[in-house]
Amino acid sequence: MLLIHCPYCDETLPELEFAYAGEAHIARPADPSKLSDEEWRDFLFIRTNPKGVHFERWRHINGCGRFFNAVRETVGDKFLSTYEAGEPRPDVATLTGEAK
Amino acid sequence: MTSYRLPNRGRVDHARPVKFTVDGKSYQGLAGDTLASALLANGVHLMGRSFKYHRPRGVVSAGSDEPNALFGTRRGPGRFEPNTRATLQELRAGLEATSQNRWPSLAFDMGAINDNLGSLFSAGFYYKTFMWPRAFWDRVYEPVIRNAAGLGVSPTEHDADTYASRFAHTDVLIVGSGPAGLAAALAAGRAGASVMLVDENAEPGGTLLSEPSVVIDGKPAWDWLAQALAELAGLPNVTVMTRTTAIGYYHQNLVGLCQRLTDHLDTPPEGAPRERMWKVRAKEVVLAQGALEKPLVFDGNDRPGVILAGAAQTYLHRYGVKVGDRPAIVTAHDSAWYAAFDLAEAGAKPAVIVDVRASVDPALTDRARALGIETLTGRTVTGTSGRLRVKSLRVNRMENGKAGAPRDVACDAVLMCGGWTPCLHLFSHTQGKLAWNEAAQCYLPGTKTEAVQIAGAGRGLWGIAAALEDGAKAGALAAKDAGSEAEAPAFTVSADRIGSGVTLRELPTDRDPGKAKAFIDFQNDVTAKDIRLAVREGMRSIEHVKRYTTNGMATDQGKMSNVNGLMIAADALGKAPPQVGLTTFRPPYSPTTFGAFAGYHKDATFEVTRKTPIDPWAEANGAVFEPVALWRRAWYFPKPGEDMHAAVSRECRGARASVGIFDASTLGKIEVVGPDAVTFMERMYTNPWAKLGVGRCRYGLLLGEDGFIRDDGVIGRLAEDRFHVTTTTGGAARVLNMMEDYLQTEWPDLQVWLTSTTEQWATIALQGPNARLLLAPFVPDVDLSAEAFPHMAVIETTVAGFPARLFRVSFTGELGFEINVPARHGRALWETLFEAGKAYDITPYGTEAMHVMRAEKGYIIVGQDTDGTLTPDDANLNWAIGKAKPDFVGKRSLTRPDMVAKGRKQLVGLLTDDPKVVLEEGAQIVADPSQPRPMTMLGHVTSSYWSDALGRSIAMAVVVDGRDRDGETLHVPMPDGSIPAKVVKGTVFLDPENSRLSA
Repeated sequence: MLLIHCPYCDETLPELEFAYAGEAHIARPADPSKLSDEEWRDFLFIRTNPKGVHFERWRHINGCGRFFNAVRETVGDKFLSTYEAGEPRPDVATLTGEAK
Repeated sequence: MTSYRLPNRGRVDHARPVKFTVDGKSYQGLAGDTLASALLANGVHLMGRSFKYHRPRGVVSAGSDEPNALFGTRRGPGRFEPNTRATLQELRAGLEATSQNRWPSLAFDMGAINDNLGSLFSAGFYYKTFMWPRAFWDRVYEPVIRNAAGLGVSPTEHDADTYASRFAHTDVLIVGSGPAGLAAALAAGRAGASVMLVDENAEPGGTLLSEPSVVIDGKPAWDWLAQALAELAGLPNVTVMTRTTAIGYYHQNLVGLCQRLTDHLDTPPEGAPRERMWKVRAKEVVLAQGALEKPLVFDGNDRPGVILAGAAQTYLHRYGVKVGDRPAIVTAHDSAWYAAFDLAEAGAKPAVIVDVRASVDPALTDRARALGIETLTGRTVTGTSGRLRVKSLRVNRMENGKAGAPRDVACDAVLMCGGWTPCLHLFSHTQGKLAWNEAAQCYLPGTKTEAVQIAGAGRGLWGIAAALEDGAKAGALAAKDAGSEAEAPAFTVSADRIGSGVTLRELPTDRDPGKAKAFIDFQNDVTAKDIRLAVREGMRSIEHVKRYTTNGMATDQGKMSNVNGLMIAADALGKAPPQVGLTTFRPPYSPTTFGAFAGYHKDATFEVTRKTPIDPWAEANGAVFEPVALWRRAWYFPKPGEDMHAAVSRECRGARASVGIFDASTLGKIEVVGPDAVTFMERMYTNPWAKLGVGRCRYGLLLGEDGFIRDDGVIGRLAEDRFHVTTTTGGAARVLNMMEDYLQTEWPDLQVWLTSTTEQWATIALQGPNARLLLAPFVPDVDLSAEAFPHMAVIETTVAGFPARLFRVSFTGELGFEINVPARHGRALWETLFEAGKAYDITPYGTEAMHVMRAEKGYIIVGQDTDGTLTPDDANLNWAIGKAKPDFVGKRSLTRPDMVAKGRKQLVGLLTDDPKVVLEEGAQIVADPSQPRPMTMLGHVTSSYWSDALGRSIAMAVVVDGRDRDGETLHVPMPDGSIPAKVVKGTVFLDPENSRLSA
């Protein structure tokens, strides 16, 4: 069971308090009617599913109730960072220690 | 019977005999014995039969790695456990054990015929033997072969025991209380860190319990042990837990512990849990699990009486039991020599020490000679004899790397040692990398993924001095990393017996190796030749070899077999062991009861049961309940002599004829409030909300972004900025989550607040032509007439003096009201209405009657008539879509090509040709029941009931292009014949004009 840092509560808490909520940084288009069928399909269904660093959403559902974003490394299943919804993607190289 | 018990030896209580039975036969052991040591003291080695070949087997180890000595153990009704390891089960008064996988008896087992049919059961027999002919599957393989292969029998009774669970947090968790674990605990404990020291054995001490001759800090090992344990007991920050197995090592230093609480007690305290599962989150973990002894691989190495040398030493020192009077020793490691010496000093007469190594430390051979033991070095061992107990050992010279002339040595036990392998199971659970150590010929822990220290023999440091020193360092380091200043204590050790050895494959033989039964995995009957056969047949990966042969898949999880299997597979593949690799160890470390995992989640506490405020009334009035999501709801209220059918028909009649009362409190309720509430509702639901007046309600339909129906419910507007949203009973949490998601992440600019109010309101439905007459006297402030308070009106008022939200809504097609009052008044209002309703012959009805009445009106239930693949159009709900709205959740998807294509399944009514036949919900629908199978399915029945009001059965179904099939006869094939039924486009069976509803 992972420990997850809720950026709103600023507490690191057991996974039991949280619920996964899919890939992050997929914004609902402002006007869906302007999208072609293919574009709308991609918005609905196409996800990156990487082996490695994944940007994803979690909800502190049994806590403050807020949705937030996280960076998780899917091979070792480890969180690299969590941040508030609406913030930009953090720099992965910094998080993994690969930045110079 | 001869006793093999040595007086004044061991840690057992010689003054406290304990009686127990095996297969009904009475035996006597001592307090402090395990079942295995007590049987050995009685001269019994035969303790089981193997999985496939039913070969007689003896106990081979003294710990949790035991593959053979498994028994069924029982303590009265409902307290039976199969596959109990005799090496861990402590003796208790009246223990009833039964041997397994034998018929008619352990000594004479018909199944042993399998032993002579070995070719049938060779490697991969699962994939070969069971292939053909197909008819044999049902008639032979399943009933006969499966029956013959196996271990214990599952219990059939309800488990009478209870199980506990607990969370714990600690600075340092130490697994294993041998010298390394004890030293770590002393170092971390003295530093003030909170420490949990756990050990799967009944007593802490580990190797020290089997090595009493070692001297630590000037004291004999057991005195030092007692002193160390006393010191730890005196430290309030240290907890020592025995009978506690660390079963799994999970993310971020979460370790699962299974603590056995009562299995060792003669009489467990009333109500005491049998086991407790701990979930421990540790800042630092120290793995001090030591090493596991490997068997040697030679023909007949599984005969009863053949036992690991280290186990024999444990039985001698811990339990005061000699495993034989005339043991023969076969070894590739120095440690077995010490076992022989200890047994000789205890009065046994070792027949011979055979060492496969050509040269051995002269100090060992000198000592053997002094004790009068014959030694043979540079030999191989090629067989054993004896039916139920080993009688002799076949020893051969080695000549030019080949086995030469044999010689038989008479013996009554064989002590074998193929060296030691660090116990890496828990470390492996963390995905920690293993590193092959060429010098030690074993795998050692490599790259770590967690905050963990591995100490002592667990990382290839042999001997007690090294274990103490390494454990102390690990404990100090762990304490320091957890935030305490710590120092590693130093220990002086003398008479330490550090040994060395070699790692081997199967021993060379002068006989046909194809006929040798040289076992690697004892429990699963995997031999050296099975591994070689698997490689010959094309298995290259060690994971494939494992699955093909089942090596390492027995209940000991490869503790004994994995490294021997690897060495042989590597040889067969012509590769070095690290190029072949080890199979993955997975939790649990050793077999763990389902009860321990379930903990408190059984029977009444298996799951939360949500009950409405009116539930006690329903129970007192004879309701039959059904579970709906986590709720228990009144299903129907049978009167004496009524079956369900009669009760439901009467309840429907009562509501339609006069008035029915129904507990709708489980409806999900969400309060949507704020200046932007109407904008939010416009975007979430398909319907238009902007023009909905205050005091009015509307049916709301919620889609997913993919355009499929997710939920529905009646929504009332209480103020410009306030909506009372209802959801399906099962969908409340999901809908709130979805609303929160959009509000927080897509439209954070909206000023809206969402609150779950499901449990704050009790909801009572009054339905039927007399509902108004009954209710009106209790609502003094509101004119309930059809003109003043029409269908789909809502008002905040008082009902019977209670503050209430009163809805005029109907889920039955009758004139109806739903009264929401604060939950604490729910029962009082119900009873008030019920008393007053007696004048109208009021009928309480349950969920089944509710379902029938709504189906008669063609009202859908989301999740029953829809399944996540229905669009509003599929469900005839296009009328609920606000066509003028620019956007709402799911709108864009409704025009995707697949959503408007022909061939979609649509919701239709279905009327059986025979009105008496009620279709089965879920039944499949076809056009032509005589078509060849597999038939083309057109859809399925979603709702089906007997309608008392219509005097016939009714059904709803989803059918491909259903609306185009109006009037068409389709067929519902059932096991006893096909049922013809006619499609009707509309699903409203009763009162399509809604005249009753609007009354």
